[in-house]
Amino acid sequence: MSLSSLTLKRGAALGLAVSASLALAACGSSSPSKSSNPLSGSASKTVVIGSANFPENELLAEIYSLALSAKGVKVTDKFNIGSREVYYPEIKKGAVTIIPEYNGALLTTSVDTTSTAASTSAVDAALKADLPSTLEILNPSSAQDKDSVTVTQAYATAHHLTSIAQLKPLESSITFGGPPEFQTRTDGLIGLKKYYGLTFKKFEALDESGPITLAALVDGKVQAADVFTTTPQIITDHLVSLADPKNNFAAQNVLPLVYKPAMTSTIVSTLNAISAKLTTAALLQMDKAVILDHANYSTVAEGFLKAEGLPS
Amino acid sequence: MSFLQFAWDWLKSSSQWSGPDGIPIRVLQHLGYTALSVLIAAVIALPIGLLIGHYRRGGFAAVNVANVWRAIPTLGLLILMVVLLGFSALTWLIPLVVLAIPPILVNTYEGVAGVDEDLKDAARGMGMTQWQVLWKVELPVAIPLIMLGLRTSAIFVVATATIAAEIGLGGLGRYIIDGLASNNYGEVAGGAVVIVVLALAVQVIFVGLRRLVVPTGLREQARASR
Amino acid sequence: MEWSWIPQNWTAIWQYTLDNALLGLIPPVIGLLISVPAGIACVLWGWLYPPVLSLSSAIYALPSLALFVVLIDYTGLGNLTVIIPLALFSLCILIPTVVDGLRSVPDSVRQAATAMGFTQVRRLVQVELPLAVPVIIAGMRVAVVSSISLASVGQLIGVSSLGYFFIDGFQRDFPTEIYVGLALTIALALVCDLILVTLRAVLTPWSRGRQRDSSRAVAAVAVGTEA
Repeated sequence: MSLSSLTLKRGAALGLAVSASLALAACGSSSPSKSSNPLSGSASKTVVIGSANFPENELLAEIYSLALSAKGVKVTDKFNIGSREVYYPEIKKGAVTIIPEYNGALLTTSVDTTSTAASTSAVDAALKADLPSTLEILNPSSAQDKDSVTVTQAYATAHHLTSIAQLKPLESSITFGGPPEFQTRTDGLIGLKKYYGLTFKKFEALDESGPITLAALVDGKVQAADVFTTTPQIITDHLVSLADPKNNFAAQNVLPLVYKPAMTSTIVSTLNAISAKLTTAALLQMDKAVILDHANYSTVAEGFLKAEGLPS
Repeated sequence: MSFLQFAWDWLKSSSQWSGPDGIPIRVLQHLGYTALSVLIAAVIALPIGLLIGHYRRGGFAAVNVANVWRAIPTLGLLILMVVLLGFSALTWLIPLVVLAIPPILVNTYEGVAGVDEDLKDAARGMGMTQWQVLWKVELPVAIPLIMLGLRTSAIFVVATATIAAEIGLGGLGRYIIDGLASNNYGEVAGGAVVIVVLALAVQVIFVGLRRLVVPTGLREQARASR
Repeated sequence: MEWSWIPQNWTAIWQYTLDNALLGLIPPVIGLLISVPAGIACVLWGWLYPPVLSLSSAIYALPSLALFVVLIDYTGLGNLTVIIPLALFSLCILIPTVVDGLRSVPDSVRQAATAMGFTQVRRLVQVELPLAVPVIIAGMRVAVVSSISLASVGQLIGVSSLGYFFIDGFQRDFPTEIYVGLALTIALALVCDLILVTLRAVLTPWSRGRQRDSSRAVAAVAVGTEA
């Protein structure tokens, strides 16, 4: 056998072996999960728990995931998918089964952009009426994580601000910061103009109430920003969320959005039990632990479940 | 709707072409980031490449280091810079310069090291000093490869500067990040098309530059040996 | 830098490393499987090569993130959405590599083979291709290292990789995660690079002595195709 054909044969054999094992491995792999299953467009036996790409949502998803696993449900985690605009089509077709949601934002961004429902019960009723047939919401928790118009303590004191309405005389000197989609969301710039007549000097696309937004606010790059109300840096960075008397930002209770065909009574009762015990105070505490103290998502999630006597 | 259809619809709309978020401004921003990064990378990499190519030392090491360099994930480096430096010009500049260095370094080294020994002997025989050999013989012969390195580097940076938008920067990556966040595929597709066109334009510019800079004799030689 | 975080999260760290390795290795292998026949075709029918080259330059300039996002509609949120674009990029690196490798075989060897009775195709496959292996592996090194590094961008659409540590570390202002992510990505790339270098030594024992040739090969691939 000539040297060159030996090389070819060796190379080919190696190549086939490598490709085959890689292919097998790829089919089976996924993010840290209790079981693995490739994502499919139809409901599968494995429950896929998704999350948006910010820490609080990953934490909530982790809580759901741990509790459901403890109850014997096969779960796959698919966290940090992106913003609602990316993951909503995926859960609608069942590629994702459960995702922690905020009822108000869900309603106005993806279900009914014209809805003016503001209270928890009104928002939930509107959702129940208008969600596509494959989706449903389970019971809401009392925990709320709302968008807000937030300023620094110093700015609030200097201009005697307690509510969004008081921003009107200052609007031409305000650069407003928020996530990119704030420009097109109905409760974003559009809502602020509608309810408070506000047109800011400029909009800066930043992130989801994350480090970029907070830095911009603290550094004065923006004078007001969309900061979520359970952001722990509100405390440590001395920020103030302005009151929203016209309810531009509707109720934002944390609740599970689920793909109906995949629901079982175990899943529903477990998730409802979690929602019953989830309060804003508890959520803020957990957020502080995870974001500021760099605790593990799973450790904090487990701590919450155990403390509340939930399955873990 | 196909990718191109999305892109076309978005590009057609005149609002994309004016204002601070308009395509012309973003293109200029993007070009600015690219040009500055490649320039600084060239200032660093060209001298080093020339020296190690001339003395034929450390070439093996340089090539392998450049390969490892490519392993550094730009996204990670960008984020590290933000965490360490906050939001300053250096934050995006350092990762892009880091990305731009390997092609310039490797090409310069290869270009200079690959110069025919006979040529160098002849030059030394004519009484040229080391410096003169480098400057008058090796550099001109190496120019095609050096230009290729600069061109490759520029294209890498144009494509990668899009990620800088993830940390709040401007440039054409904004269309992709913002479009991604609001499920506006038109914006994503349109932004991508503009970036590709820009990258191709950069290629064309370099081809033109090559015509200007590469000695005619070399160009002819290259053509003949194809 | 909180060192204690590492042992506490070992399982997750290992899982993300494996995920990244997969996303970094599968695309170049796919690229290779396609580029060898494609490269041979480009050598047999020389007129094919210029358009193929232009096309691959254009594709290579596409930003990876844009490609990932466009594919979500077709391939969902799984690994495939990242693997396909990375495989495309690997192709853009490997086709020119294969062509250059084949063309770099000395004329004398080609002529000797023809004299011995090899037809053009047989000569390409049985003589020139094995001799081109060092250059091809050099190309694979570039493709693998690039894929491992680019895979982290996939995290922006939720496809698991070491990029998770960059994003999470960023959102929680937790540099330890970022350092770990960076170190592991580089380490992973180095290990794969080393494996490929070893592979070359195993497959082409005749070229072991000639270090300069292989570094030339890496350089030639690393920088473009006109050299």
